Amino acid sequence: MILYIVRRVIMLFPILLLISIVSFIVIELPPGDWVSNYITNLRNSGIELQEEEAARLTAMYGFDQPSYVRYAKWMQGIVTKGDFGWSFQWGKPVNDILRERLPFTILISFSALILSWLIAIPVGIYSATHPYSITDYIATILAFVWVATPGFLLAFVAAWLVFHYTGFSPLGLNSTDFLDAPWNTAKLIDRIKHLILPIVIIGLSGTGATIRVMRANLLDELKKQYVTTARSKGVPELTILFKYPVRIAFNPLFSTIGWLLPAIISGEVIISVVLSIPTMGPTLLRATLAQDMYLVGSIVLILSSLTVLGTLISDIYLAWADPRIRFEGTGK
Amino acid sequence: MSDRHDTLVEVENLQVHFHLQEGIVRAVEDVSFAVKLGQTLGVIGESGSGKSVSAQAIMGILPMPPAQLKNGRITMYLPNNGMGMRSVVLTDLPTRGGEFRAIRGKEIGMIFQEPMTSFSPVHTIGNQIMESVLLHIPNITKKEARERAVEILGRVGISRPERRVDDYPHQFSGGMRQRAMIAMALACNPKLVIADEPTTALDVTIEAQILELLKDLQEEFGMAIMYISHDLAVVGGVADEIIVMYLGLVMEHASAEQLFENPRHPYTQALLRSIPTIDGTLERLATIQGAMPSPFTEHMGCPFFTRCDQRVPGACDVRRPPIVEVEPGHKVRCVLYE
Repeated sequence: MILYIVRRVIMLFPILLLISIVSFIVIELPPGDWVSNYITNLRNSGIELQEEEAARLTAMYGFDQPSYVRYAKWMQGIVTKGDFGWSFQWGKPVNDILRERLPFTILISFSALILSWLIAIPVGIYSATHPYSITDYIATILAFVWVATPGFLLAFVAAWLVFHYTGFSPLGLNSTDFLDAPWNTAKLIDRIKHLILPIVIIGLSGTGATIRVMRANLLDELKKQYVTTARSKGVPELTILFKYPVRIAFNPLFSTIGWLLPAIISGEVIISVVLSIPTMGPTLLRATLAQDMYLVGSIVLILSSLTVLGTLISDIYLAWADPRIRFEGTGK
Repeated sequence: MSDRHDTLVEVENLQVHFHLQEGIVRAVEDVSFAVKLGQTLGVIGESGSGKSVSAQAIMGILPMPPAQLKNGRITMYLPNNGMGMRSVVLTDLPTRGGEFRAIRGKEIGMIFQEPMTSFSPVHTIGNQIMESVLLHIPNITKKEARERAVEILGRVGISRPERRVDDYPHQFSGGMRQRAMIAMALACNPKLVIADEPTTALDVTIEAQILELLKDLQEEFGMAIMYISHDLAVVGGVADEIIVMYLGLVMEHASAEQLFENPRHPYTQALLRSIPTIDGTLERLATIQGAMPSPFTEHMGCPFFTRCDQRVPGACDVRRPPIVEVEPGHKVRCVLYE
């Protein structure tokens, strides 16, 4: 088991290196760069810019060098100093922007994921154990409606409903009164009140699909012979359900943790824009439009790393939960 | 029926139907038999004859829905704390209730056909045997349950049971898994073990070993066995009494000797003809003409009518013949013996 984890962790490094190269290539792909855009904008706005001045600007931002040199410098900064480079658009280090948004984004994503599971797993279990009952049909219909409803629409409607009925504006991170206020209990409560809606909306957007996955997995498992075996031993139904099929039905769910993270983060872009909360999604969108290459590269790199990490976590979980995987890993 | 004192389980006029979208499958139409204490009852029949469904009805593990217990009574006779016998009507108990669960696994153990899928792949063999022990033996500690699992695994011929007890099912071969399955069924010393085609998925040499093992265990523990198979030769080797089933009906019911020496029902006779013999001349094996009728059809008369080589048109196909005793302990359902 430990050997398996060590092996998987070592395998992470080449994958991460490859991801960083791909991220960099992707941000290099669009024609032009931030400095040439900047120079063009300056000239368009009527400022006389000498060629030497333009060259000096280009050199200052390092755009006179070939892309592989810039990649090497960028990577060197990340590996040796944990420095993700400079954001042209914001005029400050990428690290500062990440520090503001990343923990917050992860908090929202995880809360949303947990909320989604808290709803989806019990509903899925109920649906599978009472297949083709009225309640199952209702859950199924709701789940499909859920899957089909775009999150941003839900966000619009929910934000309006909350505002209409309570007079509380759930947009942004804090009410305007608290924007410049120092941290205290009142501000914290206000912050939490603002977080509830995004978490619920983002969480619910994945719930419909998860209900369907859980129901399908469990229905398959419930038909298996080992369930009948357990029943023939006189094991109570609920004990059977949770000890055997539910546990095995979880595995496909957990194996998707890896790609759930980026899905939630990219899924929340529009929701975050609608609810105007500063998470990674909108930041990435704006940075891409502005060709703010180091910021885009860093965010893509971090999201990809989270995906890889998520996959590692789910693989370790699966190896722990399912002995068949574990023994294959160590060569039996 | 027979003498109550040596009867363990009595099945009377069992009728089980499956209500499917395509129609009603009359899996068990009218089945009566008794399992006697410490004896082996062989149940023979083709797929779809209702033999497994009858076993599931005794165990209370019929898949309901779609299965429906239309009629019949299953009674189990158990010792009443050393004070005579008490009878439990299993068909009156809710199948998922505590009273039935106390019997399942404790008084009746079951061995299934598919040793590959009968164990949960993510729990150890030991865990799954201990589960039954912990459930049915009051005040037993985990350690004692584990010792019991090791002991019973050793008894069914698993070598180094103290180590294999922590193995997962996929680390066992098919034959070993079926041995572990037997160990699980026997873990609480049941009075009856239902073996539902336990050797069908195994190869012939393993099959012989498993049969030998069951016979030894019966001698040692004294449990009754209900042995279900589609192979008359296999059942003939283990059973004291045999019932032959066809499309949900008992066609013939006799002791093993009576059945092999003097088969009465045309179906039984045809089955016996189709067993290959070692010293016989090499020739094509006799087969039974035709195929099983669709399971959805309802039969006015004898369901074997369409395939029978001794059929009496006008008699067999108009009404179902009753089951009659042609000699002591030998019953046949056929117009020829009415």
